[in-house]
Amino acid sequence: MATSLFRTSTRTALRFGASATPKGLSGMTFARGKATLPDLSYDYGALEPSISGKIMELHHKAHHQTYVNNYNAAVEQIQEAQAKNDIAAQIALKPAINFNGGGHLNHTLFWENLAPKNAGGGEPPSGALATAINNTYGSLDEFKNKMNTALAGIQGSGWAWLVKDKNTGQIGIRTYANQDPVVGQFTPLLGIDAWEHAYYLQYQNRKAEYFKAIWEVINWKAVEKRFA
Amino acid sequence: MASSQYTLPPLPYAYDALEPIISQQIMQIHHQKHHQTYVTNLNNALASQASAMQAQDIPALLALQQNIKFNAGGHINHSLFWKNLSPPASPATDINASAPNLKKSIDERWGSLDAFMDAFKKTLLALQGSGWGWLVVRAPGQGGASGKRLEIVTTKDQDPVDSKDGTPVFGVDMWEHAYYLQYFNNKAAYVDGMWKVINWAVAEERFKNGIETSSLLKL
Repeated sequence: MATSLFRTSTRTALRFGASATPKGLSGMTFARGKATLPDLSYDYGALEPSISGKIMELHHKAHHQTYVNNYNAAVEQIQEAQAKNDIAAQIALKPAINFNGGGHLNHTLFWENLAPKNAGGGEPPSGALATAINNTYGSLDEFKNKMNTALAGIQGSGWAWLVKDKNTGQIGIRTYANQDPVVGQFTPLLGIDAWEHAYYLQYQNRKAEYFKAIWEVINWKAVEKRFA
Repeated sequence: MASSQYTLPPLPYAYDALEPIISQQIMQIHHQKHHQTYVTNLNNALASQASAMQAQDIPALLALQQNIKFNAGGHINHSLFWKNLSPPASPATDINASAPNLKKSIDERWGSLDAFMDAFKKTLLALQGSGWGWLVVRAPGQGGASGKRLEIVTTKDQDPVDSKDGTPVFGVDMWEHAYYLQYFNNKAAYVDGMWKVINWAVAEERFKNGIETSSLLKL
């Protein structure tokens, strides 16, 4: 189940730069068939002052870990249901797979598309991605404005993504509720977590400040690799 | 209509009155910032709606509906929430003294107050994303029951309780902003703590007579 859902990669692929896969889930790791929490390639405090060390630590060790645990539990239950040919039980587990598997995918991509300033965080994109952003939005700043407007418009928990349409190759901004993952027609390029737990300890209700500050630590090199 | 505005209702207690269950800082931001923003955005959306109606611009009217629902829901839900809370150890937090009729119905429906609390917690912790947990009462005949029937329901984001699902008796805000500064990811501890600050007198009143819409939702 797990291996058919997600590309399996090895521990050596943990760090974004060392990934053998050109795009996508280089941090997605499994041990004995189970999803595991990927290590961050930077320290918890490395994204300050954009994102506090305390937020990063809770977000990674508590929130992301819980999605991993609950995803594994749901997969186990679905395997049991499959073994019993219990179709109703398998269907009933779909929301748990979507939510917890989505939470695992989204956070894994998110950690990878962030980087400390001294490791290239915030350095603007170049090459084909820069061209696509300029052609689509006029400028990088205008893209950021549009992305921030999309983020601010999320009613409840969710994510905003820069995506690539697999049919047309066009890039676009899409928002997703809760932990709905970017799958199907669109390839995730850059994700920003708009759940309150992603910013509340530092920014409280001033989420616009968080959306503004996070551009200082966006890892555009990672986004370029996903776009390629 | 055009000149009327919804306003932030004052809390029926001080910002620090729910400590140690809910911190003063949470209450202050939650009321003065979050709830105020729903009120402000609701007024703005209604003003836009009035303009769109004037202009007979139906596409604009339709585009506004989700915005109105979200912000009106946020205003309704928070207004209900503040009133169904009470300082720890205040008389209203004693269910036996304050809510004999509701307590009897809870016992009948779930077997015991503890069993109800367990079921309520389980339902709330299963919410995926932002939303609310509610104890609701359904009128006789609603949902096929012969008498009044209690149910636990959740609503997503700021959706208010649909009248088809019953009348809110009390609500618990499960948005992360309601607990994160104090409980972080431990939302189970937040839900456990809520039982010390539920205003059972208000719950009993809603159980018997419905929600206080007259004072709550009029301009």
